[in-house]
Amino acid sequence: MSYEAKFKVWRGDDGDGELTDYTVEVNEGEVVLDIIHRLQATQAPDLAVRWNCKAGKCGSCSAEVNGMPRLLCMTRMSTFEPDETVTVTPVRTFPVIRDLVTDVSYNYQKAREIPSFDPGDAKPGELRMQQVDVERSQEFRKCIECFLCQNVCHVIRDHDENKEEYAGPRFLMRIGELEMHPADQADRRNIAQDDHGLGFCNITKCCTEVCPEHIKITDNALIPMKERVVGRKYDPVVWLGSKLGIVKKGQDTPSA
Amino acid sequence: MTEIERHSYDVVVIGAGGAGLRAAIEARLQGKKTAIISKSLFGKAHTVMAEGGAAAAMGNVNANDNWMVHFRDTMRGGKFMNSWRMAELHAKEAPERIWELELWGALFDRTKEGKISQRNFGGHEYPRLAHVGDRTGLELIRTAQQKIVALQQEDHAEHGDYEANLKVWAETTVTRLLKDADGKICGVFGYVRETGKFVVFEAPAVVLATGGIGKAFKVTSNSWEYTGDGHALALLAGGTLLNMEFVQFHPTGMVWPPSVKGILVTESVRGDRGVLRNSEGDRFMFDYIPEVFKEQYATSPEEGDRWYDDPDNNKRPPELLPRDEVARAINSEVKAGRGSPHGGVFLTVVDRMPGGAAEIVKRLPSMYHQFKELADVDITKEAMEVGPTCHYVMGGVEVDPDTGAALVPGLFAAGEVSGGMHGSNRLGGNSLSDLLVFGRRAGLGASEYVDGLEARPAVPEDVVAAATTEALAPFEREDGENPYAVHAELQQTMNTLVGIIRKEGELEEAIAALGKLRERVANVGVDPVAVGDGGRGYHPGWHLALDLRNMLLVSEAVAKAALERQESRGGHTRDDHPGMSAEWRKINLVCSLAGDPSAPHVELRRQPLTPMRTDLLELFENDELKKYLTAEELPGGPAGEAETGEAEADEAEAAAGSGATAAGAAENEEGDR
Repeated sequence: MSYEAKFKVWRGDDGDGELTDYTVEVNEGEVVLDIIHRLQATQAPDLAVRWNCKAGKCGSCSAEVNGMPRLLCMTRMSTFEPDETVTVTPVRTFPVIRDLVTDVSYNYQKAREIPSFDPGDAKPGELRMQQVDVERSQEFRKCIECFLCQNVCHVIRDHDENKEEYAGPRFLMRIGELEMHPADQADRRNIAQDDHGLGFCNITKCCTEVCPEHIKITDNALIPMKERVVGRKYDPVVWLGSKLGIVKKGQDTPSA
Repeated sequence: MTEIERHSYDVVVIGAGGAGLRAAIEARLQGKKTAIISKSLFGKAHTVMAEGGAAAAMGNVNANDNWMVHFRDTMRGGKFMNSWRMAELHAKEAPERIWELELWGALFDRTKEGKISQRNFGGHEYPRLAHVGDRTGLELIRTAQQKIVALQQEDHAEHGDYEANLKVWAETTVTRLLKDADGKICGVFGYVRETGKFVVFEAPAVVLATGGIGKAFKVTSNSWEYTGDGHALALLAGGTLLNMEFVQFHPTGMVWPPSVKGILVTESVRGDRGVLRNSEGDRFMFDYIPEVFKEQYATSPEEGDRWYDDPDNNKRPPELLPRDEVARAINSEVKAGRGSPHGGVFLTVVDRMPGGAAEIVKRLPSMYHQFKELADVDITKEAMEVGPTCHYVMGGVEVDPDTGAALVPGLFAAGEVSGGMHGSNRLGGNSLSDLLVFGRRAGLGASEYVDGLEARPAVPEDVVAAATTEALAPFEREDGENPYAVHAELQQTMNTLVGIIRKEGELEEAIAALGKLRERVANVGVDPVAVGDGGRGYHPGWHLALDLRNMLLVSEAVAKAALERQESRGGHTRDDHPGMSAEWRKINLVCSLAGDPSAPHVELRRQPLTPMRTDLLELFENDELKKYLTAEELPGGPAGEAETGEAEADEAEAAAGSGATAAGAAENEEGDR
């Protein structure tokens, strides 16, 4: 059942590299990451690829296969014809370190700018939350941080200049997760829009499409956040009430 | 001249899984400038693979649960080889550690009253595992990761620098622990994977939290990071390893297709009517029911099949025998030539459920999903190929139970890399709570150690030079061997000769083979790449060349300890010594390095197990203790029966009940899913 497949793999470092052709054995049941590993073991011991669990649970092996953002460990070779050339390139939105490995530090930077969970003065073991209430944020906590949603988002995919002001779907979802966390006391609605660029998102759902965890990022996190931001900023009753001094606005939490 | 970066910290934590992150959080909370060194990106550690949950006797689901019950379950699971002090601390402190996670943002599944829900698991008397669906490990990692970010935000607010007091060195590997002239830890030496740049981290205290050793075996559920780094680093620094022979193999890991080799197939497949068959189509488990279990297990497939619907009037099918029995049977079938095409046996649920394919999908959703997505195998139509997979190492760095301190001054260890807590066999769910309890204790222990030092130990230049030479050596060798080929052979050797079932002859063969591999490991070579310092930028071949040293050392430790211990207990099964021996229970096997420091070998020493404290011993009934302890060790001496006073009557009753439960649960113990 094995055959020789044609592969094109991007080799090189930032700004300088090319697609390199390989012919490599493929056996039944293998995924693209297996083939990359075979290349390392037999033809290219220095081929750089980031991976870890090889079970779709850690989100390390993100790349683009024939132009589609994918986890290499979750892309089966059986989805290609034996005579089809499989092209593997690094994710496009982040700078290449070498070969298939990119510098994803942008994401860790953005994570730091979002104010952390704030339980107020809750005491250990005293929190009481209903399952139905925790489930909303639990969906977002399924995120394995593969950053494919960040990679595919057109706001930054071809627009480096937006990276400064835009946290990307993963971290806008993180804001949503904290906003919907039943025990969280902070209010991140203002900064979602002002500091983290929620307004850039025009809900094309590319992020949802590539999510290997099948999280409904747009429908369940980004759109509800947009609604909450509107409620915070533009609700006429709240506006009038606050002008008359009968509605007290909550404290906005600044970015961290 | 090779350029070397230098950084200075109070505490350096090696490993960024649950134990490492918890240790680092504690050290930072104690005011220590702390570094976390991680081979992977931040938040990717192997802890994410844990599914079942974290065991903690919170009593949310059954109010009868408490630390004493948890302690007893843990000791039984480990066949009384556990460090009882660790098991005690673990059982007592696990609830606090779970509640703490909740205040850091973790969202566990809930009970109707809104408390943290707890699930039943093999070996645990009461529902005890705090969980989030089947992704508890991810929740634990993410929560600890986000707590670290929160602490960094505090530091940013105060010092204008997120990394002022707590920095994560992602994709950085440590190759040596450094010691000063007095033999104290003074730092670590490593390289940044991205650039190949060498870094010296000067620090008086180091916490090892590097996880396990699974990558020394061919078939494992472990990720590439699990190369026994911490075990080897400790040995090389003069530390000791405890009971390395105890390695947990799960009987049903996938062996085919290659993309999922080693990944666990949950035990509930067998609980939900799954059957094991050999290449001739025989349901072979009926041939492997040991004498002691004859009464409890069905003798015909018909009776076994009736059990699922009517367990009161039928005996259970032998697919549900204890894990070591199932694994042994699979092993025998494969050796007799009746294995599946890829060296396992068949596990199938096809046509086994009354509701057909739809019911399979409903009852085993994650398995269905896992096979479909990862392997393109539809378990409603095809059989799975399964075989034993290396899963967890109970053995590890010998530490002080309270502080995690190893024998080397300044060295600490927590989590899977440390030994003792789980004895000869770990219960499912006890790993995640172990990480939290002992991660915190090691972080605290390291901080207190630093506070007690009069002066910071200085890093001698010659040890840095030696570490540099060692790390560069694979580039220097002309015509060096391909490290991937050597790794494959090491894994094959360990899998075949030091696997789940062990024999004296095979272990001797393994030790001889490892001796030859030692020479080959010393001769692996790689060529520089186009980027990074000295062509070392993101160079996987070089990384593996350096990791091989560690895998070889732990392999030698496992093989030698396995040859020495002439009994079968928990994660150590000797075909030639099938029984459990109360005399052997009293003996810990301790590994250290001896001989020429440039080519040291593993040496074994027998060390008596510390007798259990009386008040802990009294938590058990004498009848149960008799199964494990020698007559002299029993309370009241060889002749005396323990007196059960009025006050203890309730306790004794509870123990009796739990004994019965544990016997049933033993068939399911150490289940990770």
